[in-house]
Amino acid sequence: MKEPLRKSVLAVGPFHPLQEEMEFFQLTVEGEKVTDINVRLSYNHRGIEKLSETLQFDQVPYLVSRVCGICSASHPLAYVQAVEEIAAVKPPERALYVRTIINELERIHSHLLWVGLAGHFIGYDTVFMWAWKYREPVLDLLEEITGNRNNYGNVKVGGCREDIPDELKPKILQELDQIEKKTEMLTKAVLDDPVLHARLKGVGILKKEDGIKYAVTGPTARGSGIAIDVRHDDPYAAYADLDWKVISQPEGDVFAKAVVRLLETFESIKMVRQALAKLPKGPVAVDVKEIPPGEGCGHAEAPRGETFHYVRSDGGNRPVRHKIRAPSYVNVPSFKASCIGADIADVTLTLAAVDPCYSCTERIAVVDGHNAVIHDDEELLRLSREKTARIRKDLGAPEMKLEGL
Amino acid sequence: MQQNELDRQLSQIRDRLTGIDRKADNRIFLPCESEHVYEVCRFLFSELGLRFVISTGIDAQDCFEVLHHFSDDESGCVVTVKAFIRDREVPELDSITPLIPGAEWIEREMHDLLGIRFRNHPNLQRLILADDWPEGVYPLRKEVQT
Amino acid sequence: MSIVNHQSSIINRLQLWSLKKSVWVFHVNTGACNNCDIEIVNLLTPKFDVERFGIKLVGSPRHADALLVTGVGTRQAAKCLQEVYRQTAKPCVVFCMGACACGTGIFEGAYHVAGPVDNIIREVDPNAIIAYVPGCPPKPQAMIMGVVKALSALQPKEKYATERVGQTVVADPG
Repeated sequence: MKEPLRKSVLAVGPFHPLQEEMEFFQLTVEGEKVTDINVRLSYNHRGIEKLSETLQFDQVPYLVSRVCGICSASHPLAYVQAVEEIAAVKPPERALYVRTIINELERIHSHLLWVGLAGHFIGYDTVFMWAWKYREPVLDLLEEITGNRNNYGNVKVGGCREDIPDELKPKILQELDQIEKKTEMLTKAVLDDPVLHARLKGVGILKKEDGIKYAVTGPTARGSGIAIDVRHDDPYAAYADLDWKVISQPEGDVFAKAVVRLLETFESIKMVRQALAKLPKGPVAVDVKEIPPGEGCGHAEAPRGETFHYVRSDGGNRPVRHKIRAPSYVNVPSFKASCIGADIADVTLTLAAVDPCYSCTERIAVVDGHNAVIHDDEELLRLSREKTARIRKDLGAPEMKLEGL
Repeated sequence: MQQNELDRQLSQIRDRLTGIDRKADNRIFLPCESEHVYEVCRFLFSELGLRFVISTGIDAQDCFEVLHHFSDDESGCVVTVKAFIRDREVPELDSITPLIPGAEWIEREMHDLLGIRFRNHPNLQRLILADDWPEGVYPLRKEVQT
Repeated sequence: MSIVNHQSSIINRLQLWSLKKSVWVFHVNTGACNNCDIEIVNLLTPKFDVERFGIKLVGSPRHADALLVTGVGTRQAAKCLQEVYRQTAKPCVVFCMGACACGTGIFEGAYHVAGPVDNIIREVDPNAIIAYVPGCPPKPQAMIMGVVKALSALQPKEKYATERVGQTVVADPG
């Protein structure tokens, strides 16, 4: 007589070697398939919205830039846009272009970071090393422009704090040429690799209708055929003046999301080149004396999706209410739709495909496993890599073509 | 959809709202009393096909406000439903999670941070406050100091 | 067993020697924005490549000589951090990476912050060895410098080692 399948619970976290933040997902599995997921957040919650109410309007950008390290340009941008709405302030043209350039440079290094991590999860550590090597020049550029590799502190209500000096333009363009070349080689290597096709296609599919129910945004949405992008739908900064396209793929699997991110990197490089060429002369900020009573909504397309800030003012010096919604807050729960029925070996990759930024979400989960068999935390990484190894073997172990990298 | 079309559609639920506040080309606020919030959200999500963005809970001294933000991606318009919860002693609101699974977390968060109870929420458990955070202390309420 | 009770015994000298020779580190995020965490992972990548110094990121605190701690120490994370510290083999050095870990940084006063990290660690071990690497985030070069400086300060040869132990070593971000 066959033994009934035992239900077991896989606890992922709180210190998951794959993810940078603490998290605790409780996965219920039957055999090798996931049947339910519960998430407990709290480890990363700091209480930023309340803290914002104690700061003055012009201090808040420094706080929100640290909501999430890798969306650290989008959060302050969405916030100042909300406040500029309340104050009916329009920043000067040059400021809009500078904001665009900084945000697109951030998108480039964020997407390369993701490609590297995804490579690591499936056992392609060479991809990880190369992707992270080629994001370094972008970080160096950002440091030259703003003074910091991350946490740029570049926007303020009314414009930007710093300008991009014209002398820097040739260097930025030169670096972009290099980055574009390397990204092309990396993209080709990834898209042509039969093992990656077999490993990533059909994995972690998020159907379009589920994407809508879970209100996903960014590459998570665009990889499922939901072609939304704040830069296009409700243009801000200088996006309406630039020639670029929204990239989307219909399949909804991890491969589609990888393609979206890689192709978006090229669009970002295009946009920075155009913005530098069209950079108007003039000041980079207007003076804003006070914020009248009112409410405003500001949103920006962060690398992970839409960052949304709502600000309410009562005419004083500080926000009365400041709501921060990062993209991962809506993207991570969609994991429920894309993971139920999936193989345990694919779970971490599927989660990684939404490019979760737990600090954005201000949480990391903890769930106790009651009466459950808890497997080792490193098991999931091992299972994921083993699956890749099996696929490689079945395909005759072809080597990934990484010439020129 | 275009601005005129959106205005025309919204007039269909005018009777459930206490106003239609068009602050700008791309910003509309729809104040309503708490008993109509589910119906208004259902109209925006299921009939107009607007995307749910997030919700904001506010302690507004004389009442609680729950703002449900939606986006019409075609026109770039952010449509915010503003529900007023007049009963400060027992603040409750119908949950929109049965309609929009994406609202599950934010309603749990508003429950943690403001003490608003969402009726018919499938899983109104603690989400973001620590396990040992004291019950009954709602950090986003004005009476709680940082 | 904290190093403050270090005697000039062979075993303790060997422990310290192995601590200096190649350092296995375990990374702990106690509520950070990710910047410090990403810069830590950057240490492994070709530009900085700390593996050539014998510094290795391990998957379990039981194998670690040092903890790289980022984040403010949120209320929920504090107990986890203490548990990790208990599980880490001694002697070990706790590196507070970044402004948040050094002293809660910009999040001071936030309601869910239980840190900073040194207070949380000292609750379980008042003699813990703690090194601070400030920055927001500290550049990878500053992190490497911090690790090297702290470990150099723990040389058994130097007479002042036992006096220095238990003190804090501040790394200049440079």
